[in-house]
Amino acid sequence: MTSPEGDPQAGGVSDSSTIQSTPLESLHVRLGARMVPFAGWNMPVQYSSIMDEHAAVRSAVGIFDISHMGQFIVSGPGALPWLNRMFANNAAKLAPAQGQYSFLLNEAGGVIDDLIVYRTGEDSFFIVVNASMIDEDYFWMAKHQPEDVEFSNESALWAGMAVQGPESAAAFAKACPGQELPPRNGIVRFPVDGGEAVVCRTGYTGEDGFEFFCPAAQGEAWFEKFIAAGAKPCGLGARDSLRLEMCYPLNGSDLSPERTPIEAGLGFFVDLEKGDFIGREVLAKQKAEGPAQRLVALEYTDKGAPPRAHYPVLDASGQVISELCSGVLSPSLGKGIGMAYVPAALAKPGTDLLVDVRGRHFPAKVVKKPFYKPAAQKA
Amino acid sequence: MNVPQNLRYNKSHEWVLLEGDIATVGISDHAQEELTDVVFVELPPIGKTVDLGDPTAVVESVKAASDIYAPVSGEVVEVNDAVEADPSLVNSDPYGKGWIFKLKVKNAAQVEQLLDAAGYEALIG
Repeated sequence: MTSPEGDPQAGGVSDSSTIQSTPLESLHVRLGARMVPFAGWNMPVQYSSIMDEHAAVRSAVGIFDISHMGQFIVSGPGALPWLNRMFANNAAKLAPAQGQYSFLLNEAGGVIDDLIVYRTGEDSFFIVVNASMIDEDYFWMAKHQPEDVEFSNESALWAGMAVQGPESAAAFAKACPGQELPPRNGIVRFPVDGGEAVVCRTGYTGEDGFEFFCPAAQGEAWFEKFIAAGAKPCGLGARDSLRLEMCYPLNGSDLSPERTPIEAGLGFFVDLEKGDFIGREVLAKQKAEGPAQRLVALEYTDKGAPPRAHYPVLDASGQVISELCSGVLSPSLGKGIGMAYVPAALAKPGTDLLVDVRGRHFPAKVVKKPFYKPAAQKA
Repeated sequence: MNVPQNLRYNKSHEWVLLEGDIATVGISDHAQEELTDVVFVELPPIGKTVDLGDPTAVVESVKAASDIYAPVSGEVVEVNDAVEADPSLVNSDPYGKGWIFKLKVKNAAQVEQLLDAAGYEALIG
């Protein structure tokens, strides 16, 4: 048997000496995690079984280390107009304590990163970015930073953990007695040992949940506190299958500098009316004319070999038209699911396509997003 | 770690049970533990001839697809439809219900060249 090769979406680095450790690394090892390099970080891919961890998040509550992700702080009288020039969504819509999903775009309207912007005050913001893009995001934004804005990269200061599942609110109540979770997309802060905890009612799984940030030195203690409150440790394997069931994109796989949010079907998070922003012109044109390609959700019509990133996608006549950017055997559906950019004419739900796995063609249909609808709705 | 005494093993973690000139092949307990959840098994077509070392079947976990190599040369005479229907058998019963394919071997001496249980135990440490 071949030793299982690295997952194409693991994003491992070629030089192992540059792999970084999160504040929770030794805890993961003690908990029996299988560790892999991801975006330059040594991360748990699974502790027990990806299927079990996925099921725990869908039915109860799981916890993920997200300390590798980045945190930027922006403040000053020019903060809001600046962020509205840099990002595609409209931060002016945010009241203090609210957050929104947004994009950092290049001049061609392509995605540098997808991120969440939280307004923490009239002129202050807390931004969470992808681990793989921290430096690039920072340098791009710093290049465009005006005089009346303070901008700092606090990524190294914070440990982070995502607590996700229908029982996540109960776990929060046990671990943080006396504190209240914010509403959906909201942010709260409260004092903890060593500084402040920042809690955001968001997630990457489709379930109710929150992302909890604390001073790096307190990370282990908090991770263990949430485990004691009932959360099951879950790794990157389950994180990927959960987010893909929801059609949440993964930057670097489903999003890239060559793809716009319009092509990705994420125009809801782009505000073309708010005023000018980097990439606006291209997006406005695409919205008016319709993009040439669209990111679609593909679901196998029957059992078959699991779809994976980079497997060819064929039209019904057997012609190769694209490749999957993401793919997995959906634990919740028991079927292969994936996403791919296809010509607009083939993007309609119901369209028959094929996925090539080692030369065998498995039938799949374009379906409406998401693949999976969680039973419980978030607050 | 379960390493039955009556089987032979190759370095890539397949096991072989030779009965007459029929070799039953699967993957070891060590291998299924490394893979964790097996979610799909791709079986070879009946009648396919393979040489020792040829990729013959595929066992897939959530994160990766792994080739299963022919531990001896031969012709595929039977495949285990049960693991196609329920891939988890490879995890729960790797030496029993989780067998993968059977080869009619050309040269039974090839089986002798495989590791015995002690040799495989030493390999996996």
